[in-house]
Amino acid sequence: MKMETIDKTALGLGAARNSAPLLPKLKNAARAIASRVLPPLLFLALLIGIWEIACSQPNASLPPPSTVVQDTWMLISDPFFDKGNLDKGLFWHLASSLKRVAIGFSLAAVIGIGLGVLIGQSTLAFRGLDPIFQVLRTVPPLAWLPLSLAAFRAADPSAIFVITITAIWPIILNTAVGIRNIPADYRNVARVLQLNGFEYFFKIMLPATVPFMFTGLKIGIGLSWLAIVAAEMLIGGVGIGFFIWDAWNSSLISEIILALIYVGLVGFMLDRLIAFIGSRVGGGAAQ
Amino acid sequence: MSAYLSIDDVGMTFASAQGANFVALRDIDLKIAAGEFVALIGHSGCGKSTLLNIIAGLLRASKGGVLLQGKEVNDPGPDRAVVFQNHSLLPWLSVYDNVKLAVDKVHGKTKSAKERDDWTRHNLALVGMDQALTKRPNEISGGMKQRVGIARALAMEPKVLLLDEPFGALDALTRATLQDTVMELHAKLNNTVIMITHDVDEAVLLSDRVVMMTNGPAATIGEILDVKLPRPRNRLELVTDAEYGRYRQAILEFLYARHRAPAHAA
Repeated sequence: MKMETIDKTALGLGAARNSAPLLPKLKNAARAIASRVLPPLLFLALLIGIWEIACSQPNASLPPPSTVVQDTWMLISDPFFDKGNLDKGLFWHLASSLKRVAIGFSLAAVIGIGLGVLIGQSTLAFRGLDPIFQVLRTVPPLAWLPLSLAAFRAADPSAIFVITITAIWPIILNTAVGIRNIPADYRNVARVLQLNGFEYFFKIMLPATVPFMFTGLKIGIGLSWLAIVAAEMLIGGVGIGFFIWDAWNSSLISEIILALIYVGLVGFMLDRLIAFIGSRVGGGAAQ
Repeated sequence: MSAYLSIDDVGMTFASAQGANFVALRDIDLKIAAGEFVALIGHSGCGKSTLLNIIAGLLRASKGGVLLQGKEVNDPGPDRAVVFQNHSLLPWLSVYDNVKLAVDKVHGKTKSAKERDDWTRHNLALVGMDQALTKRPNEISGGMKQRVGIARALAMEPKVLLLDEPFGALDALTRATLQDTVMELHAKLNNTVIMITHDVDEAVLLSDRVVMMTNGPAATIGEILDVKLPRPRNRLELVTDAEYGRYRQAILEFLYARHRAPAHAA
């Protein structure tokens, strides 16, 4: 009943809005956007201002924002240069980090969802595997790196392995929780309809679990991005992690700051990307 | 005589964690004729839902059994469609798709794609939901969800329609309109229906027989009331009908004088 009243008011509002003239409509939209965009911009300006003042003294150990922009203008203005070897623009460093994350995260997603379905469906598998997963997931990402270097004897597969092993735990655990939380009613509907295992998987289990899976995937992608920067610092080669480490070794503090900003922005976009895909795939799944 | 649906000496015992067995139901014997509308009424915890689940095949009776047209019921199936109390529509499917899922599964082999589409729309039209085909369950009201649940069950062309307190979660006005819908459908389609309720008026208004259950543990059928009110029934006229009043009183007396709810279950 409550829904019906809400529906009607929503319809009423919609009708009123459609009949309203265009100009106030635009004004409203502009106001809505401004109220979202202005506050973060304001606080950003404030933070940069404080930073500028704090780091402008002669004995400051870190450069102020103005110096950062001056020092790194070449990197900012041309992210695509490639002078061979490791002397490349930031785009290339980010691209190769992203490529490692893409491979590692995809593996984690496929294996993680598979294992999550297994321990969600089978009580035996849950009892057997859950304690092991609970211990393994507390191992810090970088602790896996020496072991994987020893196993793979190559930098790239080792970094990808570290990504996978870091991202996989929240994916497994959230998928399993999602499957265990499928309401008994849905199972009963499936039983009355006599859905077979295949139909049950695709028509009930998967859609019912999608929101949980994407919670896991979102945490996983965040952890992957955390791990790749750390791993690349150690394995070297092209990549944003090594770029930061290299800048530190050459005392180019401004370049480190610029790289951090890029790392943050890319991480944010990855998070939003997964959230966006999740909302498209499981739009109607939330009750 | 072999009944259409026959519940023979059904008992249900649950093994509890402490090792002590909990007897939920005992000695349930009930014969239901084709086209009959039977209401099960009793206090909370009297095992009504357990009995319905046994008929649906969702639970296996520990003693006795259920025969539908002479065949034993062992598993759930679309010939005993259930309308669940909380509608259990799949939230990621539209109203149409929720019903279509059942239609495709049950009639996939016997009807063409066009016929299945028509049949889905036909059943949604029966419950007055043909205007909301593309809506998701969370966009419609509780009463409308229950209508879709009924359409989904009817679309399976069940031999027995099982209603598990279908209107329990609805407000009184919505409940009344849905009761009228169910009465119309029963008159039109002549389904065999078993409905759980704890609403005395609903039981008398809708059913041919009201099965009153004693309190658990070890609940059983206490009394069966034949409701001989002529159909079609009109709730307004019945309010002042003396016979209706007597039926009502009989059930109320059973529930509140002879088989009061145990204090903890209230």
